[in-house]
Amino acid sequence: MIFGIDIQLALFYLFSAVMLGAALAVISARNPVYSALFLVLTFFSAASLWILLQVEFLGIVLVVVYVGAVMVLFLFVVMMLDINLDPLKEGFTRYLPVGIGVAIVMAGELLLVLWARDRLGPDRFPAPPLRDADYSNTRAVGEWMYTQFLLPFEVAGIILLVAIVAAIALTQRRRSDARVQVPARQVRVKREERVRLVKMKSEMPAKGEKG
Amino acid sequence: MDASMLIAAPELLVLIMACVVLCVDPFMEDDRRGIIHLLGMLTVVFAAIITLRHDPLVEGKAVVTAFNGMFVRDGMGDTLKLFAYATLALVFTYAKHFLRSYQLFSADFYTLSLFSLLGVMLLISANSLVMVYLGLELTSLSSYALVALNRASTRGSESAMKYFVLGSMASALLLYGMSMVYGATGTLSLPAIADAVRVAGSDDVLLIVGLVFLVVGIAFKLGAVPFHMWVPDVYDGAPLAATLFIATVPKLAAFAMAYRLLASGVPDLHGDWQQMVAVLAVLSLVVGNLAAIMQTNIRRLLAYSTISHMGFVLLGLLPGSAYGYGAGLFYIVVYALMSAAAFGMLILLSGEGRAVRDLDDLKGLNQHNSWYAAVMAMVMFSMAGVPIFVGFFAKLLVIKAVLDAGMLGLALLAVVFSVIGAFYYLRVVKIMYFDEPDGETRVSVPVDFRAAISLNGLLMLGLGVFSSSLIAVCMESFPS
Repeated sequence: MIFGIDIQLALFYLFSAVMLGAALAVISARNPVYSALFLVLTFFSAASLWILLQVEFLGIVLVVVYVGAVMVLFLFVVMMLDINLDPLKEGFTRYLPVGIGVAIVMAGELLLVLWARDRLGPDRFPAPPLRDADYSNTRAVGEWMYTQFLLPFEVAGIILLVAIVAAIALTQRRRSDARVQVPARQVRVKREERVRLVKMKSEMPAKGEKG
Repeated sequence: MDASMLIAAPELLVLIMACVVLCVDPFMEDDRRGIIHLLGMLTVVFAAIITLRHDPLVEGKAVVTAFNGMFVRDGMGDTLKLFAYATLALVFTYAKHFLRSYQLFSADFYTLSLFSLLGVMLLISANSLVMVYLGLELTSLSSYALVALNRASTRGSESAMKYFVLGSMASALLLYGMSMVYGATGTLSLPAIADAVRVAGSDDVLLIVGLVFLVVGIAFKLGAVPFHMWVPDVYDGAPLAATLFIATVPKLAAFAMAYRLLASGVPDLHGDWQQMVAVLAVLSLVVGNLAAIMQTNIRRLLAYSTISHMGFVLLGLLPGSAYGYGAGLFYIVVYALMSAAAFGMLILLSGEGRAVRDLDDLKGLNQHNSWYAAVMAMVMFSMAGVPIFVGFFAKLLVIKAVLDAGMLGLALLAVVFSVIGAFYYLRVVKIMYFDEPDGETRVSVPVDFRAAISLNGLLMLGLGVFSSSLIAVCMESFPS
């Protein structure tokens, strides 16, 4: 508490506002590079929120893996491919009013259900107990991952394997018209396949030409 | 942990064999790829043997869980898995011919199908929200890649993209719903969620909003109206082998997912989800059947017919009784067999490099290939629900379950729309038997294909005549 403001709450609202704004910018930015950078900001704010919730490990992993590795890779791809997004965005302004209308109606309905019955206030959900300073959630994640959640962890690994198999199956091109050497066939070659004897008359010097 | 491995032995076998196929393929010359097919068939046969084997561990217990309650093995799961193996064996047999004639025959189809089967099995046995989600993703990711398998076809790539984007959105909605259910109950385990809901009562708004998203996710995976838009486009655009796969095996898992999430996850919210499922079922029956009438493309016709069949499956879930679930299980199993036969016939009739697409391609099939016309007719009669064919009993059981629950209006609607649906199935029969052929359709398929499709067609009749044993198996899967 400083000047009567709960610092944690203030930070929560700050990071949430930044995250929502950045997420909006991701889908509305014209330049795909800006979109990718805004996505980085979104991830970063989400990581901050997690750290506020005392799950430091997940927050750090989000920054290291998504911001550090995945998004950098993504930026490389975006910059290398030079995608022209204009044709993709052609329908955007045309469908925008309808989309916004539907979104407002849906959000309104959801809020009506949630608020009108007054059953979804923060008081319904007790705050989780604060952990001690020496509590390690890295250790907790590790323990749960290899005991209680062993099977889901392994299945997630299989899903990654399938993603690799699918990516290779869909992108690897076996060209049927490529010229390749097959040594085994080269050494087995027979004389008949290479040498062709042609019978023809011997060339006679044409008239008037000096031999 | 050893006990867990034994309980999940079929899954382990499928995982190992998928990896074996993956590793064997690079060492295979093109003309010896038949080995890959053989490995795939062996996998499903041995998986079936392991599933059927009576374990001392499973013996005497209706339900066993493994991996700290993440994985459950019960009667419904085993029944669905056995039929998943059977349909996958049919899919492999039919697809081999298709892949060979389109120069797509490589291990990719087999690896991805086996991984998808693994996802189907895990989803069938899921006992936790995490496992439901992961099983679903494993199934779907493999299916997206299967649809895009033919890179030369722009239609294939387009429908794969559509399938992928819509599928990802459905997964996101499902995940959103799961997070709400987790927030309301504080647990991921499905039995624990059921207990928490029983204690907390059924008027938790967060839980009900979460439930809406769960139902949306289920409806998308089943292809129920209004989340059906992808079905006709994907069925039409994908290579026939991929259509054959996604129309059969993953549907079994979608039924299991609906049962696990709704019936064993939140049984106390039955009153809430019953209304949502009723709307989905009615819309699927109406839109599916009416749209199918207007199709001239046989694949789109079958896609819309799938949508209407899913309406029936949802009707089976509706009463929330053991009888209703049994009826739904029977329906989805019969549907998978019918669908395999129907798409198998399309592969059979697709000549070299020319895939059957229009209804007119079936014109006068009876004149040159009377046996195959008869097989197709049996499949169509079964789909239409003509008595003595197995499809009739599937519809009958569902309608009886709905009537038992006192929902006369829904039962009448189901009957009316089955009659409307019969129109387009019988039109296919009419085109095959009474129209003049444009030219001769040459059928040149290997002998295992002929045997499988004949058996598959005869099953429509055989299972209908001797339906009581299969019905008993399905009913016993749900202890009341």
